Amino acid sequence: MTAAPAATGTAIGMSGLTVRFTTRRSQTTALDDVSLDIEPGEFVTIVGPSGCGKSTLLKIVAGLVKPTSGDVSLLERPVRGPQKEIGFVFQKAALLEWRGARANILLQAEMRGMDRAQAARRADELIEMTGLTGFEKALPHELSGGMQQRVALCRALLHSPPVLLMDEPFGALDALTREQMNAELHRIWRETGTTVVLVTHSIAEAVFLGTRVVVMSPRPGRIIRTFSVELPAHRDYAQVMSDPRFDRLATDLRGLLGSAAANH
Amino acid sequence: MTENSLDTAGRQAAADQASGARAAAAGPGSVDAADGLDGTASSTVAKQPPGGGRPPRPTLGRRALTFADSLWRPALVLAVFFAAWWFVAAREYVPNYLVPTPGQVWETMTTQWSELARHTLVTLYETVLGFVLAAALGLVTAVAIAYSRTLDKALYPIVLFAQVIPKIAIAPLLVVWFGLGLTPKIILAVLIAFFPVVISGVAGLRSTDPELLDLAATMGAGPWRTFRKIRFPNALPHLMAGLKVAVTLAVVGAVVGEFVGASEGLGYVLLLANGNLDSALLFADLILMSAIGIVLFVLVEIAEALLIPWHASRRAGVSLTTS
Repeated sequence: MTAAPAATGTAIGMSGLTVRFTTRRSQTTALDDVSLDIEPGEFVTIVGPSGCGKSTLLKIVAGLVKPTSGDVSLLERPVRGPQKEIGFVFQKAALLEWRGARANILLQAEMRGMDRAQAARRADELIEMTGLTGFEKALPHELSGGMQQRVALCRALLHSPPVLLMDEPFGALDALTREQMNAELHRIWRETGTTVVLVTHSIAEAVFLGTRVVVMSPRPGRIIRTFSVELPAHRDYAQVMSDPRFDRLATDLRGLLGSAAANH
Repeated sequence: MTENSLDTAGRQAAADQASGARAAAAGPGSVDAADGLDGTASSTVAKQPPGGGRPPRPTLGRRALTFADSLWRPALVLAVFFAAWWFVAAREYVPNYLVPTPGQVWETMTTQWSELARHTLVTLYETVLGFVLAAALGLVTAVAIAYSRTLDKALYPIVLFAQVIPKIAIAPLLVVWFGLGLTPKIILAVLIAFFPVVISGVAGLRSTDPELLDLAATMGAGPWRTFRKIRFPNALPHLMAGLKVAVTLAVVGAVVGEFVGASEGLGYVLLLANGNLDSALLFADLILMSAIGIVLFVLVEIAEALLIPWHASRRAGVSLTTS
């Protein structure tokens, strides 16, 4: 799996990533020898049981956590310290309580010192694209979970990052809102061509969104298998759900995750 | 939010739970254009209009009504209190030189108004200056403690020591050091008001969501921008609570300073009145002292309402009263 960066360029390269947390009482291995290369424009979904180090993996790519050993590269450059060429979406929206939706999106621009007028235009585009029109001034507590997460997504996309990292972004949403958000994210990915890495618990979400699905084992997190998703690039939620290829892949994944948990 | 006190391993789990609970709480009554295509969406929007969901600005009459509504309870309590006082004093259940009637106090206040006003201004000046200095020093100390582990370990014992040492006990020393002027009073006010500012400031700055700080790091922002845009506004609700405590304590500091050695100020007048058994003046003086505390407290509340209208403690509607 540890292919050298190809001439075409990899968006994200991970090789031999291992993370150990040492607490006062014990040492736990969160990630064990994880290697994965992600091409530009791919949508990679990572599924695995709770506590398998999926989130840690994303934080390593973002440069927020240093691996105990192994190498990461982002856009062909080694990752040392927090990375700027990414957008990050967490499970909770992590919005500033005192700012309206639009101002929350524009935080990205202010923190980066981006051109104001340009950022404002881009923010309006994103607001339109994610259906936030009419809620520009609404404070986070006035928005539902789904709307909050849309704001967080807009904020992560404001600077048109080449790589988008998403840590269970829809995990706290109800099933219906979640499906809607999946469909929207799929559309946004097609329109922007951004490389996306999305961590999830949901098999349906992983298969519907991913061009590749990576399955991880319980702690210590290892990659058990990687599946290519043989579904059309342009996907419709209802069609995908009734597609036999979806069923087959979902069943495979479920079996794999079940056995991984059982062996543990 | 207390997530920041958890260790790294436990943090994720706690964060997951917290956000889950929040999402559940955000369910009914909140706006979601996604869950309604036509009919449902418009009805939700009608209830909570886009543009902040703030209700339209109330008319003057309505606002007066709200104001009166928030005022009648404390007014009633005060009226009962004054009636009881008047009853006890007028029937001389207690000798008049110990408890004067409200009328006598009022007369003293009006006849000696210019003198009392001058002393009130002195005490007010000491209090405000002490409070402002305490707020500034307290904030700087809180930032130092919240940002640096070394400074945390170095400064906390000093801060704590400054708090536990009885301020009244060091007041005479301050007078010896700085004379009978305003300086020792202001220093006392600072010393006494400093602690709540530091404690609330540290608590506020440390309550920043760790994910927001991670996010700030990926946005490439330096520590100053992160402080200005995220950590400081996030700390404001805590800080304002500390400032409210501090402002009332600053009055105590100033008055204690005046007790020990002064030629002006309400504390000085109080000692004089006490020595002369002039209970009417004494009561007038006490009322003025309390008035300073109340006015300053209300001013801080107004500042709070203006600074953090978004905070949960302020959402029920901006009230300028101390309810």
